[in-house]
Amino acid sequence: MNTPTIARRAFALRTVACVVVAVAAGTASSAIAPQAQAPDFSLHSMSGPNMRLQDQRGRVVMVNFWATWCAPCRQEMPQLNRLYQKYRSAGFVLLGVNVDDDPSKAAEVATKLGVTFPVLLDPEKNVSKLYDLSTMPSTVIIDRDGKVRYVHRGYLAGYEDNYEKQIRELLK
Amino acid sequence: MAATRAAIGLWHRLLALLGSLLGVLAPATSRAVDLPGDKAEALVHSYFGGGVNAYGPAFLVRKSLMDKVSLSGTYYLDAVSNASIDVVTTASKYNETRHEFGLSADYVYRDAQITLGAMTSHEPDYVANTGNIDVTQEVFGGMTTVAFGFTKASDKVGKKNSPEFSDHAHHWQYRFGVTQILTSRWLASLNFDALSDDGYLGSPYRSARVFGAFVPEKNPRTRSSRAAKVKLIGDLGSFGSINFGYRYYSDTWDIKAHTAEAGWSRYFGEKWLADIFARYYTQTHANFYSDNAMSETVYVSRNRQLSTFNDIGLGARLSYNVRRVPGRYDVKLIGTYEYTNYKFKDFTDVRTGELYGYGANIIQVYLSATY
Amino acid sequence: MTMLRALAGAALLGATLLAGCSVPKLEPWVKPYERERLADPIMKLSRDSLPDKHFEHVRDVREGARGATGVQGGGCGCN
Repeated sequence: MNTPTIARRAFALRTVACVVVAVAAGTASSAIAPQAQAPDFSLHSMSGPNMRLQDQRGRVVMVNFWATWCAPCRQEMPQLNRLYQKYRSAGFVLLGVNVDDDPSKAAEVATKLGVTFPVLLDPEKNVSKLYDLSTMPSTVIIDRDGKVRYVHRGYLAGYEDNYEKQIRELLK
Repeated sequence: MAATRAAIGLWHRLLALLGSLLGVLAPATSRAVDLPGDKAEALVHSYFGGGVNAYGPAFLVRKSLMDKVSLSGTYYLDAVSNASIDVVTTASKYNETRHEFGLSADYVYRDAQITLGAMTSHEPDYVANTGNIDVTQEVFGGMTTVAFGFTKASDKVGKKNSPEFSDHAHHWQYRFGVTQILTSRWLASLNFDALSDDGYLGSPYRSARVFGAFVPEKNPRTRSSRAAKVKLIGDLGSFGSINFGYRYYSDTWDIKAHTAEAGWSRYFGEKWLADIFARYYTQTHANFYSDNAMSETVYVSRNRQLSTFNDIGLGARLSYNVRRVPGRYDVKLIGTYEYTNYKFKDFTDVRTGELYGYGANIIQVYLSATY
Repeated sequence: MTMLRALAGAALLGATLLAGCSVPKLEPWVKPYERERLADPIMKLSRDSLPDKHFEHVRDVREGARGATGVQGGGCGCN
């Protein structure tokens, strides 16, 4: 084999190997770490007026990111609604951030599921990017001082029991 | 000496690479793959072409138990009235019914789905029992899905009115597939299959032709094949979606086949979904195949399924959404029609001596309810 | 002798290519909240299993090629 062929082959093989190693090393991880200050945001709500995260300071906030096309998200909604009704008088607020391209679909599904907590619309995905979501749905629980305390990725039946435990702990 | 050190260094690096690869393949802590949804389906399928009419109902019921396991049962009936060219030229028309029962269980654990299935198919002269296992795993943030599967089938071959004829056939199929999200609008999938067949792989009713005389066919008792398929699906926004597929097949009987498919799907309003699709298939003949063998060989067959031929199919599907409550239930009525034209290059119609060809129609009416 | 040479050459090649590898982290480039279009049923590789099974059976019986269709499970193995 002459040198130019070896060099070209080495380059090609090196590129392939690097890609393989890079894919192997790359794993999805969320940038929102517990104990960090929750990034502030302001979004239109389904009912019209804007809502700002910072305005909720002093209350325990649960931010739930959902979409109409995500089946576990829809499964989770009635559970979240139940938690909202139970603890809102104790200083708990639930913000449902919807990431559908078409906000009207969000309104339709939220009404059908009987959602009573505020639904905020993030069709540009700005807040989703801000919170670096790695899964749908994602649930972030923020304490009365605006610090992120718990992050839940995905939803499986039974998760709501965990949520309830954590909310009660933060409401104390 | 330098070569040995370099080799050891390379081995260490490969081990490290494998370690990080396995790290990526390990399931994430709380992401979840969904159990398949509950559903009930009924299908009326029919095939008319080349003198063969086959039709019947098929049913599928799927139910999840305790959110852990999803069970599904299927029943498939095939009533065949066979007056195909083989049958009319060497025998007489016959009717036959095939029953097929299937059962499968799906189990989801974090990012992986495991499916176990069993199926049994009964014809008066052919019984087939199949068991399969499939494992699907999501990796790389859900962008990639890796699937492995294995199927083992055991057949008992008989012959009508010949109780002394009894033989067996065994089949093994190994499947590997990767589905990869390319962009927020494009998906690609790669499938590799290796198949192995052993035993009686022919038909006791079919004849081969040697020097113009009809003799019983003789197939090899083993067959090994490989197939690879690539498929691409893209979203065109309001224009719907398009898909392209290509499969290459080759086996130890010397058959090489290419399959090319393309399709387009589009929503019309809230309730209608239309698809059109086209398929082109071409294959080369098995090395022991001959329309009229001019020499004595160990194996000989005149099975047109093993000849050189191509077929072009064109079809359309229309789906009507009868009732829909997002997240609750979804009832659809679907009608499909496909016409395929088969053209043989080295198989003739013995009645005329001309190269054989025929058109086949497939009609399906299908009702699906997911809840 | 040529065999050993080839092996040594391959080993050296392998060592150099992984040695010069800086590892940029490759993140999933389509975020979960961007997968709305991919979640649509018309983007599924196989939409309806029963009808697909029928098509697969017809092709299996009439054509020499089998497999790699993406349809799970096995064929019927009938003649």
